[in-house]
Amino acid sequence: MSIQSLTYLFVGISFGLYIFIAIKSRAGSTHEFYIAGKGVHPVANGMATAADWMSAASFISMAGLISFMGRDGAVYLMGWTGGYVLLALLLAPYLRKFGQYTVPDFIGTRYYSNTARVVAVLCLIIVSFTYVAGQMRGVGIVFSRFLEVEIETGVIIGMGIVFFYAVLGGMKGITYTQVAQYCVLIFAYLVPAIFISILITGNPIPQFGFGDRLIDQDIYLLEKLDLIMTDIGFKPYTSGLKETIDVFCITAALMLGTAGLPHVIVRFFTVPDVASARRSAGYALIFIAILYTTAPAVSTFARYNLLESTHEVSYQEAPQWFKNWEDIGLIAWRDKNNDGLIQYASGNAFDPVKPKYLDSKGEFGERVIANNSQASSGNEVYIDRDIMVLANPEIAELPPWIIALVAAGALAAALSTAAGLLLVISASVSHDLIKKTFATNITEKKELLYARFSVLIAVIIAGLFGIYPPGFVAQVVAFAFGLAAATLFPALLLGIFTKKINKEGAISGMLAGLLFTLAYIVYFKFMHPELNSSSNWLWGISPEGIGTIGMLINISVSLIVSLVTRKTPDEIRDLVDQIRQP
Amino acid sequence: MSNSNGNVDQYWKKNIQIVTILLSIWFLASFGFGIIFANDLDQINFFGFKLGFWFAQQGSILIFVAIIFIYIRLMKKLDQDFKEEIDD
Repeated sequence: MSIQSLTYLFVGISFGLYIFIAIKSRAGSTHEFYIAGKGVHPVANGMATAADWMSAASFISMAGLISFMGRDGAVYLMGWTGGYVLLALLLAPYLRKFGQYTVPDFIGTRYYSNTARVVAVLCLIIVSFTYVAGQMRGVGIVFSRFLEVEIETGVIIGMGIVFFYAVLGGMKGITYTQVAQYCVLIFAYLVPAIFISILITGNPIPQFGFGDRLIDQDIYLLEKLDLIMTDIGFKPYTSGLKETIDVFCITAALMLGTAGLPHVIVRFFTVPDVASARRSAGYALIFIAILYTTAPAVSTFARYNLLESTHEVSYQEAPQWFKNWEDIGLIAWRDKNNDGLIQYASGNAFDPVKPKYLDSKGEFGERVIANNSQASSGNEVYIDRDIMVLANPEIAELPPWIIALVAAGALAAALSTAAGLLLVISASVSHDLIKKTFATNITEKKELLYARFSVLIAVIIAGLFGIYPPGFVAQVVAFAFGLAAATLFPALLLGIFTKKINKEGAISGMLAGLLFTLAYIVYFKFMHPELNSSSNWLWGISPEGIGTIGMLINISVSLIVSLVTRKTPDEIRDLVDQIRQP
Repeated sequence: MSNSNGNVDQYWKKNIQIVTILLSIWFLASFGFGIIFANDLDQINFFGFKLGFWFAQQGSILIFVAIIFIYIRLMKKLDQDFKEEIDD
């Protein structure tokens, strides 16, 4: 069977499975719709959290980004796992003890104020939509490359599936679908990694394999890769390029943001008790670590394979995958030195960086692009970071069924995260805005109807983001973390660990964190991208890492404002005492 | 009443202690070994990896998992002691 029909088969089977589960686990009440009736086993919740968490960014983009970042790629690896330690030790048990439906629910109650609740909803919606945008772009890429449909069609199919099981099953349906999606995605990630590890080093465990010797030469893989890269003018793969302070702040922002992401936190509301909340955080991190320790191995293999199979190879003899990805516009090549060979070097190949294709073919059959050549660099190739994981099995010449499997896995990763995000968005609208703030006297049945209706609206908005994507998947997602770190995380942390912070403090803190972080990101990323370099940044901290400073601002403002305003009421102090007990 | 309040305070104090110690390890494994001291640790070869690189891309994650499971165990014990004292 061809790759395409295998992909249709695998994707079809996995979609059928998700729909079957959704029908089996329909939600009948708001209690089931928002938090799955609090009946989820910690191991199942761990898996669901892992799938909820590991998005298109983790599955598709992360290894590719690390591949081009070398050691600095650790910001994603540490940032997106270390946050679970904060979540398990500082938030999950207490928020579970509090035992409500949503994150704004906690903030609204702890800070005894509907204004605080609405500000939290606002932060939640900004964070979650930023994040959902990344997922939809991932769905679009997979569909257009492997199923050869238009990106728009792909996004619409994906949205249809998510809409179906999120509306029908709510949190209950999503939870069990996510368990299935975790199994699909982890299998799809590990199989090619193991194959490639055996091919390159003979070691079947990728985590050890990328530290092993090459199968045909007596030299360590990483050492060899460092050599190849320095030969063609790059810095060694295993060395760090970013400033230490920037690496520090990006890692911290990703960790703090992880701990403050509403769609992850809400998963801990679904287990029976406090001890289960702690345990499921532990299981979640194990399930996540399986992928996250494999990813840097995949990055290393991919970079090595890429250089070995195309550098100094003539375009006509270049492997088929090179041309396939060129066809859909994620690879571009221009023969700068007129020797017919493909050459890599450090620096961007073209100006502007992303290729703009013309409708003609060049001397060797390559797609002609309108961009100027970047004169300062001998680099002839543009490669979109997002394709590294998807192209990896083709680059390593693995059998077609593995390539099809990777496509199904990538879709599982994107859809599971999208569903989780859409659900927290809809819950915050129907529960926090409608039921708790603007129409407090509606019946439960009506609230459930509003909840389902808000999923519909959220799906449509998310679909638009997929069709008009805003950039690299992982980078877009990185901003969601900065915002979560600067807004929700401090409000939750201070709400549990201090009794001093009052509503005035929390509200002004969240707004200060949000405005500062958002302004910094918008300034450098959208208003003045040309100034976006370390000499213009505040203390050398990039927009990706600025959430860390946003968090410090939030905490300082909260503390100062709380000191000069009224004391927290006694019943709130009692509430805090209560959530601190197991 | 005053006795059970004392227990609650005691429980919270112990809890803070556990969290502080575990988060120090968390900080050291990631920000310490993986970022601040990574270049120095890179001088050491660890099963084919430069040690700083290994901490940044593998070791820190394994330590995170260990930290959460140690926390689960310690808190389980603390919860039990707390419940026993309340029952007494």
